[in-house]
Parts: sequence; C-alpha cells; structure tokens
Amino acid sequence: MCATCGCSGDTIFETNEHDHHEHDHEHGHSHSHSGTRTVTLEQAVLARNDALAERNRKWLAERSILAVNLMSSPGAGKTTLLERTIRELGAELQVSVIEGDQETVLDADRIRATGAPAVQINTGSGCHLDAKMLAGGLETLEPPVGSVVLIENVGNLVCPALFDLGEQARVVITSVTEGAEKPRKYPQMFRAADLVLLNKIDLLPYVQFDVDDFLDGARRANPGVEVLQLSATTGEGIADWYGWLRARLP
Amino acid sequence: MSITQSVIQAIWDRMGDAQVCRVCLEIGTLSGVVVDSVRFCFEVVTQGTTLEGAALEIIQPTGKARCRDCGAEFVLNDLLVLCECGSANRELLAGEELKIREVEVMA
Repeated sequence: MCATCGCSGDTIFETNEHDHHEHDHEHGHSHSHSGTRTVTLEQAVLARNDALAERNRKWLAERSILAVNLMSSPGAGKTTLLERTIRELGAELQVSVIEGDQETVLDADRIRATGAPAVQINTGSGCHLDAKMLAGGLETLEPPVGSVVLIENVGNLVCPALFDLGEQARVVITSVTEGAEKPRKYPQMFRAADLVLLNKIDLLPYVQFDVDDFLDGARRANPGVEVLQLSATTGEGIADWYGWLRARLP
Repeated sequence: MSITQSVIQAIWDRMGDAQVCRVCLEIGTLSGVVVDSVRFCFEVVTQGTTLEGAALEIIQPTGKARCRDCGAEFVLNDLLVLCECGSANRELLAGEELKIREVEVMA
C-alpha cells in the first residue's frame, strides 16, 4: 500500500511508473535509477507469522480451546507451575501442554508424569516458538474441544515477545531469585503481557527482592497489567492464578 | 536472526526471483529489535540468495507517545519513561515499527 495516500490496497506498485495514480499529490519516496526500480512494500516483517497466528487463533476459537503462552527466563519456575496446575485443576479442566525448549524432552516428560498430554517442540538454535511451530504442536497434540492448552515458550525474555502464536493470553513469569529489575531490563516482554506472575515468593525472606520496585517497573512497562504473587512450590497465592485461568475459559 | 530471515522471506514472497540491490527497513527504537544484529545477520543470511550484496538501509523512528491522562505528546526513548504529569498510562504513537518500507530491484 502507498504510504502517502493509502491507495492500491495490498498490491505492489512501482514508484518509477506512477501510472496507477489518477490523482494529484507528491510522493515522498524514491524513484528509478538507471537499470533498477524501487518497489514500495510497506509490509510488516512478521506478516507471515502473524497470518499463521491468526489461523491458529481461529482454529482454537472454533474448538473453544483456551491457549495461554507462558514466557519467562530459564529457571523462573514455568514447568513447576504447570505441574502443580495440572495436578490441582486436572479433575476440573482438561489441560494439555506444548513445551518449547532448544533441546531435550525433559520438560515434556515431567508434564506427562502428571498424566497430562504433552508435546515437546525442540527449536534447536531458535530462541522462541513461532506460529508455525504452534500449529505443528496443536496438530500432534489434538487437544479436545473446550480444553486448555498451556504453551511453555523457550526460556527467554526477549524474542518470544515479538512472535504472536495465536494464543488468547500471554503470561510472563518472573521469580524473586532473578531480581526486581527484570521489567526495567526487558520492558518489551512485560509490555506484551496480559498477566505477570511473580513466582517463588516463599523465598522472599532469603533474597533481596524489592516487590514494590518490581511492581513499579512492571507498571511502567505495561500500565494496568495484572500482577499475581505466588509460589508454585508451596501453593501460596496459587488460587488467584487458577481464578484467572477459569475466568478466561471460553 | 529469525527477524532477518523473516525480512528475506517476505521479500521473496513479494518479489519472487528478482535480483534485489537495496532494502529499506523501518525498525522503531522501541521495537525490541537490535539494528546492529539485523545488519550482521543480513550479510550472513543473504549469501547465495537474490539479496546477496544488497545495500541495507535502516530507518529508526523515534518513540512517541500520548498521555491518556493529560493529553500531552512526548518523546519516549524507552518504554519506562513516564509522562511529565507522572502518568504511565500512555498510548504509543511511534517507535514500534518493524516493517519493510521498500526494495530496489534490477529492472
């Protein structure tokens, strides 16, 4: 589409020809050089991923499946949270899991030990899941209608924020052992979150972690974001997380 | 790396096998994408493709926001900056761009 006037819809136009313009205005973009032509694309870099993500979203909605993308740095407690969630909500909700890791099937094995179906996606050198990987994971997993799919993204607070998977909600998990400055260091990730979980609060007496400073950083990056404090190990505060999940069921 | 691969894939999708001699990207300063990494990856990833040797121009729009509380518009150098009125409740107007603006191909 032309950035100046919005004409031509999604079609390519070549700025050295201009014959598609019946109307009169000045284009700011560059023109032909000898032997070359300039083509204005005005296209999102991640357009292909975004289109696949929309297809995933539609597929999930048609089956009334709630898909939640869980993102954190390595070691924040994502898998422990999933294990507890499945054990405590398994009788009430049908939960299945898609595990993203660079290597190994260790996390999927931990999830399967709880009795829930799990698919492991190994991204190799890739540092995040993308919409195509999720589509493949869903095809293998075949989650039942009305169920919950929890997607454990690759442990990384940078790249996963950029890649829409088609999920209904994004949850960022941070633990008190990582330091309160995480939202200030990784604001894009916190900005992308629908919910922030502050995990391992049972360890607060043993670490220097300023909860107020953490909350201030999270709200600077994402004003109004909901933050829940919990311990996936002891269960403290975890009922609020379950309440949040239940409220999002289709 | 996968951002740069996405750039190249998107150009192939639109331009087919045309030989590309220049690529112009818009990467906003608040997009979370590191321009130096894109430049490095671009050289690596384009080798042996229709984009090999293409000049890479990157325009970096500055972050701008409008305060939802007081209405002021202000420059945002990072996502943690508050409005002068103290509010964090702002709408981003610019700075998150991540797009291919144009390409120059051999006629």
